[in-house]
Amino acid sequence: MKPEGKRLVWNEYQKEIANDNYFYVRSCVRQNFFPGAEKTFLRYMKDMGRNVFENPSHTTCSGIGYHSDIVPFETAMTMVARQFALMSEAGYENFVTSCITSFGLYSEVLETWEHFPAVEEKIRGHLRNATGREFVKPKNLAHASDVTFKLRKDISKAGKYRLINHITGNSIRVVEHIGCHYSRMFPNKGVGGAEYPYVLIGMIDEWGGEVIDYPERRHCCGFGFRQYLVKANRGYSVSSSKKKFDSMKPYKPELILTNCPGCPMFLDRWQYAISEMEGTTYGENGQGIPVMTYEELAGLILGYDPWDLGLQVHQVPVEPLLEKMGIPYDPAKKFLDINGNSMGKPKPPSAMKFY
Amino acid sequence: MGALYDKLRQDIRFVEGLTACLNCGTCTAICPAAEFYNYQPRKLVDILQTRDDEKILELLKGDTIWYCGECMSCVTRCPRNNAPGLLITALRSLSQELGYFVESEKGRQQLAIKRTVGHWILEYGYCLYPSQITPENHPEQGPIWEWEFQNLEKVMERLGANYQKAGPGVLRAIPQEDLDEIKKIFDETGGTARFEKIESFSRQKAEEMGIQLDDGLQNDYIKHIYTAVNKDHTTEP
Repeated sequence: MKPEGKRLVWNEYQKEIANDNYFYVRSCVRQNFFPGAEKTFLRYMKDMGRNVFENPSHTTCSGIGYHSDIVPFETAMTMVARQFALMSEAGYENFVTSCITSFGLYSEVLETWEHFPAVEEKIRGHLRNATGREFVKPKNLAHASDVTFKLRKDISKAGKYRLINHITGNSIRVVEHIGCHYSRMFPNKGVGGAEYPYVLIGMIDEWGGEVIDYPERRHCCGFGFRQYLVKANRGYSVSSSKKKFDSMKPYKPELILTNCPGCPMFLDRWQYAISEMEGTTYGENGQGIPVMTYEELAGLILGYDPWDLGLQVHQVPVEPLLEKMGIPYDPAKKFLDINGNSMGKPKPPSAMKFY
Repeated sequence: MGALYDKLRQDIRFVEGLTACLNCGTCTAICPAAEFYNYQPRKLVDILQTRDDEKILELLKGDTIWYCGECMSCVTRCPRNNAPGLLITALRSLSQELGYFVESEKGRQQLAIKRTVGHWILEYGYCLYPSQITPENHPEQGPIWEWEFQNLEKVMERLGANYQKAGPGVLRAIPQEDLDEIKKIFDETGGTARFEKIESFSRQKAEEMGIQLDDGLQNDYIKHIYTAVNKDHTTEP
């Protein structure tokens, strides 16, 4: 075998990720359901000595509206152009997005402009007319999981914990789930492409875990935009997640790790819903399989307090994983407010073990 | 070539998404929507490449085009570089442009999405907004969300959000001048026009169906389109 040839093939799956000075835009889903994940990303970026800038004037990219088809493409492109203008005005050229739907939309827009330069000119005109703004396209476009992937070795070096069962010494068995819009449309925009994305595997490998392969590994979580947003359509959404859970269960995963804001929410909440609907749980001893964002996992590796990461707002309890990794936590503080006062407790589910 | 096909060709996503389909069915094999609904992206692409306006009209007025989840799995796998998921976006846009979406149960749901996600984009600057995600409409969110919803400000504060406050951070209040810019973008680029079309065609349909519809979310038509499943969408007739 000629190693040069192999290197050439894998070059297609490499991605250039900027090393510092990022303009950060947030995710609508993440902010609503896992706000601690974004806070944690900014915290470890600071700890790793990186500069990340956020302009409070940035807004939704309108991606969920675009993919539920109420927002026209030209509107979505101009919303994207406005975010780029805010980046240019702030003097940045490395654009990092927290959201996978956004990342897919930014990629789609840049690719469209590449193929149809007249469309880019038209959108520049729209942005000028509507806001008076001009923009420079980003020099580097990355998802926050790309940046975390780039820093995985630094996080490991600074880390206090590993994805290893501290009693048995075995690696924690992890299922990785990549958001569809990370690289399905444009495989060259993601680390490892669409069929063998490496962005989460790289983190799991580096942090000591064991990656589990299973038949429905690349199946969608079932968001499907309008298929979740409208109550009548949610059978589509839960069926997709159930297909994945049924497929992964025989491989006994101890953690599901995701890079998309929507996926952890669906894989977390649908486990609860399925347990209520039919009494099925997918973890050990009546527990669910904990689901985490890569930011939350990086935070655990670095030794941040689990409740500062926001792990208390997961419907599937994360305690089994914390105990395996030997991470201390105070159950009494789980549902306290910032001043240490009680906010009451959520009701326990009827089928899934709750802490 | 027909008038509807020509209209579809004006959408660059249609131009990008349709080359020539060899009917291999790979897209259908990996499509999450095809597993749940009576839906085959292969069949859809095959209809479109006939350029038959009568069949395209049937698509624009029917449920089929609303079954796709736009995950774009089909785009990765098509050996001929077709993109059924992109074709769906073009079909849905045209269906709304011409008012045909109200002729199907799934198409009529667009008003519910417009009055939630569409409204939140312009009102708050976010596609989703926590105070609007009620446990009643989202029982699948479970007791954890019910607890968060009841303690929203305190939970957000505990998790480090800047909920409804000035400055950067999670769920910050987007300044009014920025919301004004979004509105101007919608006015300039056809977003507002799309919203108005969804509203006006839906109002006509509600009247035709004899179901009450007013401006908000608490009316019979919205409740109907948000929850109704009056036919079997999952098996082939």
